Amino acid sequence: MHVKTLTSIGLSLSLLLTASFTQAATTLVAVASNFTKPMTEIAAAFEKTTGHSANLSFGSSGKFVAQLENGAPFEVFLSADDKNPKKLVQSGFAVADSQFTYAIGKLVLWSATPNYVDEQGKILSKGGFKHLALADPKLAPYGAAAVSLMQKMGVYDKLQPLFVQGENIAQTQQFISTGNAELGFLALSQVIENGKIGSGSGWIIPADQHKPILQDAILLKTGVENPAAPALLKFLKSLEAKAIIKKYGYDLSGQ
Amino acid sequence: MLNAADIDTLWLTFKVASIATVLMLLVGTPLAWWLVRSQSRWKGICNALVALPLVLPPSVLGFYLLILMGPQGVVGRITTELGLGTLPFTFAGLIVASVLYSLPFVVQPLQAAFAAIGERPLEAAATLRASPVDTFFSVVVPLARHGFLTATILGFAHTVGEFGVVLMVGGNIPDKTRVVSVQIYNHVEALEYEQAHWLAGGLLLFSFTILLFMYGVLKTPVTSQSFK
Repeated sequence: MHVKTLTSIGLSLSLLLTASFTQAATTLVAVASNFTKPMTEIAAAFEKTTGHSANLSFGSSGKFVAQLENGAPFEVFLSADDKNPKKLVQSGFAVADSQFTYAIGKLVLWSATPNYVDEQGKILSKGGFKHLALADPKLAPYGAAAVSLMQKMGVYDKLQPLFVQGENIAQTQQFISTGNAELGFLALSQVIENGKIGSGSGWIIPADQHKPILQDAILLKTGVENPAAPALLKFLKSLEAKAIIKKYGYDLSGQ
Repeated sequence: MLNAADIDTLWLTFKVASIATVLMLLVGTPLAWWLVRSQSRWKGICNALVALPLVLPPSVLGFYLLILMGPQGVVGRITTELGLGTLPFTFAGLIVASVLYSLPFVVQPLQAAFAAIGERPLEAAATLRASPVDTFFSVVVPLARHGFLTATILGFAHTVGEFGVVLMVGGNIPDKTRVVSVQIYNHVEALEYEQAHWLAGGLLLFSFTILLFMYGVLKTPVTSQSFK
């Protein structure tokens, strides 16, 4: 009896300790900058639900790969594509079977001017503009998707001399919103407000018209020992997280 | 090794830096002279404005230039009115941005050199009835030659090394605005480290050589003491 009580006290104490230990876990996360807004919201929900917390760094996926391969302390990586996580697996920095698609990007042709871009994107064949902004197709999946769309529409060769390229989609948006480029290709998440395009005019391009934009997440080897790291990846697949991701204009895989 | 596109960016960078340096010397020389000689109360503001790019993050400067030179911006409206169109994404726009960005590197050495000349050579020239223009070219310029050399080298080298501003107003267009620093950034982002190393290593060597020449051969800090 006596021993039993002691054991149970000991057990509950150790449980309590484990619980408080898990409570305190914080994971360092590298997030592709296009996912800044949804991820900030997801991290808040993650903290509320699991007690863990996520420390977010935002930047370009390519730069994160370079940093990770040189000892950056991130434990989870949310890339803007599916290639960079694969590269990290190959170089031995990430856990191969942890990779999954957390969001599918939607491409939009957008202009800051209302009624400028029509809903079928006919303006691309009509022309009449001097600059067409897109993210560098070599670096950014949204840029590559835009190129594949223009090739499919047969307007690539005609439009190519009008390209102005941003290093990423955030910079591309600056080109367009300042009016320096009349229109350009962005992520829907950049211009969405309450489920539709917030300002200017735009064409949400059907997914079957361009190369898919798969955004993959992966667990890094540095995060294997930290319970908060796999917990965050698991949380990304939860209904709560998925609702947030959808709200910001992304598609989800398997839907 | 360097590919054709890399070489194009090197050539473009050289062109931008040369043209910008000439323009900076043309604008910077009278400006530096005025900043040294003038008693105007605008001097402080002017000094601060010239030095601003030294402390501002280039992306901030680039972003404001993008707005100013854009179709809704003050400068953009003027250039459009003049039939020049808007400046971002053009070679001319790149030159304007480079001049603004690197100007302190030209003006400040000139200021130091002009200040070091002092009153006496100017008074001597005046006694000999030299006109101000004559004085400037026959007395000031030779006495300040080290300042001019330093200004030219620093202005050129700093323009070669500029990145953030170009990134913002350039739009990464081959042969027009894609300079070597942007190309290096692209290579790194695309994980093409070997090509990045060729360009980056070359730039490092270039910058070191130029600074070594300035500090080792010209012994640059000498400028202000050369008339003792």
